[in-house]
Amino acid sequence: MNIESIRKDFPILERKVHDKPLVYFDNAATTQKPKQVIDSVNDFYSNYNANVHRGLHALSEEASEAYEKAHEKVGNFINSEWDEIVFTKNTTESLNILAYSLGLDLKKDDEVLITKMEHHANFVPWQYLGKKLGFKVKYVDITKDGELDMQSFDSLLTNKTKIVSVIHVSNTLGTINPVKELIEKAHDKNALAIVDGAQSIPHMEIDVKDLNCDFFAFSGHKMLAPTGTGGLFGKKEAFEEMNPFLFGGEMISSVSVEKTEWNMLPWKFEAGTPHVAGGIGIGAAVDYLNKIGMDKILKHEHKLVEYALNALKDVKGIQLYGPKTDKRAGVISFNIADIHPHDVASVLDTHGIAVRAGAHCTHPLLHALGVEHTVRASFYIYNTEKEIDVLIDALNDAVKIFGV
Amino acid sequence: MEAKELYNETILKAYKNPLNKGKIDPADLEFGGGNRSCGDSVTYTLKLKNNKVEDIKFEGHGCSLSLASASLLTEIVKGKTIEEILNLKAQDIYDIIGETAKARSKCALLGIIVLQTGLARHQKNPKETKIENVKI
Repeated sequence: MNIESIRKDFPILERKVHDKPLVYFDNAATTQKPKQVIDSVNDFYSNYNANVHRGLHALSEEASEAYEKAHEKVGNFINSEWDEIVFTKNTTESLNILAYSLGLDLKKDDEVLITKMEHHANFVPWQYLGKKLGFKVKYVDITKDGELDMQSFDSLLTNKTKIVSVIHVSNTLGTINPVKELIEKAHDKNALAIVDGAQSIPHMEIDVKDLNCDFFAFSGHKMLAPTGTGGLFGKKEAFEEMNPFLFGGEMISSVSVEKTEWNMLPWKFEAGTPHVAGGIGIGAAVDYLNKIGMDKILKHEHKLVEYALNALKDVKGIQLYGPKTDKRAGVISFNIADIHPHDVASVLDTHGIAVRAGAHCTHPLLHALGVEHTVRASFYIYNTEKEIDVLIDALNDAVKIFGV
Repeated sequence: MEAKELYNETILKAYKNPLNKGKIDPADLEFGGGNRSCGDSVTYTLKLKNNKVEDIKFEGHGCSLSLASASLLTEIVKGKTIEEILNLKAQDIYDIIGETAKARSKCALLGIIVLQTGLARHQKNPKETKIENVKI
């Protein structure tokens, strides 16, 4: 993996922020885009922009073919069939589709099992619908190291559990959860298993057949694709059984006053004109990631995390959160003494470093850890150890300014 | 921009040793609120005399910029009438804490927005002497 040549593919990495080279450590929020992805979107708009599946003309046929091909590329990327992939605008939308489509069929005694580690996108929809429809939502505890409490999981999973929905990699702590094991346990109770893969699919090889999950929700824009792109994998039989959530054009095969029939998969779940350019962009992103190799990406990020954790522990007043390196993806959350995370992020910004500061859409997780907010640095393929050195210097500057 | 421009001496001094921190009890007026999305909040308690602010204290929770400017505001408004306080502009804050704080306007203006919103509502309805949860 040649980082220097990878970096050349990302035009934004040439820019300066406050007269300093950009150090982009906010990849868990959204990643930067390589020129191959930007070009694919440009090419679509410049040469074959049209709506898909409708027009009997050359542009529409080309657009439809490229859009379908993108489904196939994403399907291959996670070892599924092309028609088991639905394009959405992000993981949040994918998870809401599931909550509404599956949640509406739940009865009063039914239970949904999620965890306190969830991003609000996999927390609030279930909580809201549970209150509205009367089904019960249970929340798996987490340990003080920021891992799932397996005893809590086992005791909360019952014969009443109909759905288990779990975050694969924590967006706040980087914790890699043992989802394969959880999916197996869910299936033992005949529950459907949903994986929130927003923070896993960009960084590691995903094989949905091996995981054996029923659904896998993810974002495209966190894996080099344009913003406004995401997806939902569903096993064919699970998707066939599931009712659509969005209704309208494209998702039907026939409509009459008496009856409406749904379109074939995956279009049954893609109502209205989709984000065609974005879909083509995901296809290009997947091509780019495949060229590098997901195993190499994981290794590279592991190395960065190890390097960063080692360097960070010498920063005065540092408090690090989350598990040890081997159970962690490229995400590091921390605080420095009692300096407010926004102040830390602001000082870093003056050094050209982009990080996230706040609660990371995980209030229940931070509450369980007894923390209000953190600074989060998250890495990707174009980040280097040299950039981590810049981060450490900048943090020492914050220490000096605030007199820790 | 260098970090020390944004975090200049005025801000750091007011953050580390804030003036008028605390609570007046009993107070004539009390206004609290904050920025829900980042969690910063501030509460002002005021004593009035002859329609002027005789004393004011603040309590808060948040980053250095929001707390420093919330504290510095107390010194600006002491002795002023409600009308005069309502006429204060964002620039009056930036004149004290520096133009660089414009990049963090939500933090820099947290205090003044809570205080002005509270006073404006009190002026409209004098019975409103205690307002919580002013949203920014």
